[in-house]
Amino acid sequence: MNLTMTPEEIKTAPGRNVEQPKAAASKPENRTAPAPGAAAARPFSALSVKNLSVFFAKNQVLKSVSIEIQAQAVTAIIGPSGCGKSTFLRALNRMHELIPTARVEGDIRLFGQDIYGKDVEPVIVRRRVGMVFQKSNPFPTMSIGENVTVGLRLNGVRNRAMLMEQTEKSLRMAALWDEVKDRLNAPAVSLSGGQQQRLCIARALAVQPEVLLMDEPASALDPLATSKIEDLIRELKKDYTIVIVTHNMQQAARASDHTAFFYMGELVEFGATPQIFTAPKEKRTEDYVTGRFG
Amino acid sequence: MDLDELKKKLLTMASHAETAVNEALRALIERDYELALRVKENDNVIDQLEVEIDDMAIHLLAKAPLASDLRLVTVAMKISQNLERVGDEATKIAKRARDLSQEPPVKVVVDLPRMAKLALDMLKAALDAFVNRDPIAARALIPRDKEVDGINKQVTNQLAQYMVENPDTIKRCLNLITVSRSLERIADHATNVAEEVVYLYEALDIRHTGKTGLVAKGNV
Amino acid sequence: MIVTSTNHRFRKFKSLAMNGLCVVCAFLVILPLAVILFYLIQKGASSLNLAFFTGVPKPAGSVGGGMGNAIVGTLELLVLASCVGVPVGVLGGIYLSEYGGERLNSWIRFWADVLNGVPSIVWGMVAYALVVLPMKGFSAWAGGLALGFIMVPLVLRTTEEVLVLVPRSYREAALALGLPQWKTIVRIVLPTALRGIITGILLAMGRVAGETAPLLFTAFGNSNWNRHLAEPIAALPLQIFSYAIAPYDDWNRQAWAGALVLVALTFCLSLGVRLFSRGRFQKNT
Repeated sequence: MNLTMTPEEIKTAPGRNVEQPKAAASKPENRTAPAPGAAAARPFSALSVKNLSVFFAKNQVLKSVSIEIQAQAVTAIIGPSGCGKSTFLRALNRMHELIPTARVEGDIRLFGQDIYGKDVEPVIVRRRVGMVFQKSNPFPTMSIGENVTVGLRLNGVRNRAMLMEQTEKSLRMAALWDEVKDRLNAPAVSLSGGQQQRLCIARALAVQPEVLLMDEPASALDPLATSKIEDLIRELKKDYTIVIVTHNMQQAARASDHTAFFYMGELVEFGATPQIFTAPKEKRTEDYVTGRFG
Repeated sequence: MDLDELKKKLLTMASHAETAVNEALRALIERDYELALRVKENDNVIDQLEVEIDDMAIHLLAKAPLASDLRLVTVAMKISQNLERVGDEATKIAKRARDLSQEPPVKVVVDLPRMAKLALDMLKAALDAFVNRDPIAARALIPRDKEVDGINKQVTNQLAQYMVENPDTIKRCLNLITVSRSLERIADHATNVAEEVVYLYEALDIRHTGKTGLVAKGNV
Repeated sequence: MIVTSTNHRFRKFKSLAMNGLCVVCAFLVILPLAVILFYLIQKGASSLNLAFFTGVPKPAGSVGGGMGNAIVGTLELLVLASCVGVPVGVLGGIYLSEYGGERLNSWIRFWADVLNGVPSIVWGMVAYALVVLPMKGFSAWAGGLALGFIMVPLVLRTTEEVLVLVPRSYREAALALGLPQWKTIVRIVLPTALRGIITGILLAMGRVAGETAPLLFTAFGNSNWNRHLAEPIAALPLQIFSYAIAPYDDWNRQAWAGALVLVALTFCLSLGVRLFSRGRFQKNT
């Protein structure tokens, strides 16, 4: 899917971006061939961020952040309140455009394409980069099934068979199908908190994004629901790139492959999750992670 | 914070272990039967401390510590295990000292005193490095283990030869060989503690590298 | 501080006294309403018959006839007023809630509140100047326009308030799915707020149904059926006004009946409001 395609072209375009590399195990001299269906053999950047700065009126909230988000992996963003993590996340799908006083500078590329380019519509970017919010927000006037397909239906997809198929597929991916398959017409708000959040994930997945942004998705949930969401994230990363903002460090340690620590608008440290949580390089990271501040 | 309590307990255990080795060696050299008995009794304290430290560590792990706090807890468990073994070795030395004090001394010159001093110094250095947060000092003591190994071999050979030539000293020589082996083990434990100290303060796992700190990178 | 028994008794008495006062005040509020309803029913119910609802006013002095044209006229005027009031008010409310800058919006709100307070007769004068004079005659158009003017600021404010209550997260979720802003508003925000918007419209309609002054020189009233909208048209409040001050007993009685019908109309609109407050997926609030 090209960022400059018109909505009509997108409707008829095939699934998701097929540019992503598959496992590079076809060479005969490769002794350690990965198993079939494994993730890309070498790390590949889904999102390439260079010198991203975000201003709200005169206030600079993000200071020249540069980071490479790896495809088909989970990247966690941690940091104390007000450090800019949600601001960073929202810059990745152009959500700041809703705020008149917001200004974004810098370069963000999604699989090589500049998402803030001149002829790129934010609407298209947001279909490739989906978002799930902290408090689950299924649309109250719609049923469960309607909520899942709302992104497709309101973009003109009418084919009932396809909608049904996508409903099942998305709900299965969100590990919710078995619980709701008999009551797809029930109101979405009749589900429990954890189920509603998984419904929102299914809704986001139904439009087949390539990247899924999650802003503290489990912070409003009980431990059992939280653990289901974390299992879900681990499953989803096989096919999607996931960026998750969390203030729960144990969750970041459990669920992510890479972790970025933000402090006061700056990216302080970015590395493999085990390294960040057992032996961080920066003192500020160490202090935050051991709970000495924040 | 509970981590401080853990550290304090570990230091208490360390001083007990050091004292045990010290007194065991003194009992050996001064042929002091009473002292030897006391060392054996005090080993209970060391064993009890190991149990308490492990228990504390498990409770702390349940709080999911991270980064240096996490390393401290795991290192504390490892060091306490090493210190408990040091206590056991001290007890073994004390037992041999007790037996040897009941018989006339053997007329062979072996370098046990130097070995004892080396082992003791190594232990003290490792524990000081822990207290002083000095991984460099910890690394520095690791090569000395080779020296202790060397003396152990030398002493064992000397005593073996003497035993063969003077069969009436076999029992006493065997005791001395045991003492030498215990001292060599104490030096090994001191080395282990030093490696743990390096891991704690540098986040580098230098075990089994054979060198003082290159190659192995901890946590990938 | 020791709680003595006298202390305790005094506090109990105080509490009972305050409770009693509140009950009395609540009663005092309902009392006038009850009195009015009782009076209306007593005076007007006897004049309600089929002729009243289907007939037109008979010439002065004769007995009989009805207010059928006035009832239908009021309904027609309500529809006309809604055609003006609803689109302008709802779209304006949408603009205030979803678009617009901070400063401009606060000015619009200010002026809407000012307009809410304008005496209704002034709106009648505006409609007179805009419609009656050019058309050289009174008409339903003029009456509908005058009532529509009154509806606009009411509907605008209630629409805006209801839209603002729709949580921001629904809009964000819809935008994050890649929906354009206008679609988000039309397909997600409006349906969520629909009940509240309709409630606001019904309330505004209830308010203008009883307006008399602006109709005096716009709709003007008609003693017969209104045949097309460019003609003067009868309305219940107007008819009640002219019958009530007339010296004829029959007309006075019919005025009471008319008032009763008007109150019943307002009552039905309020009932509609209550019914609409419970939507498809909502429990009783």
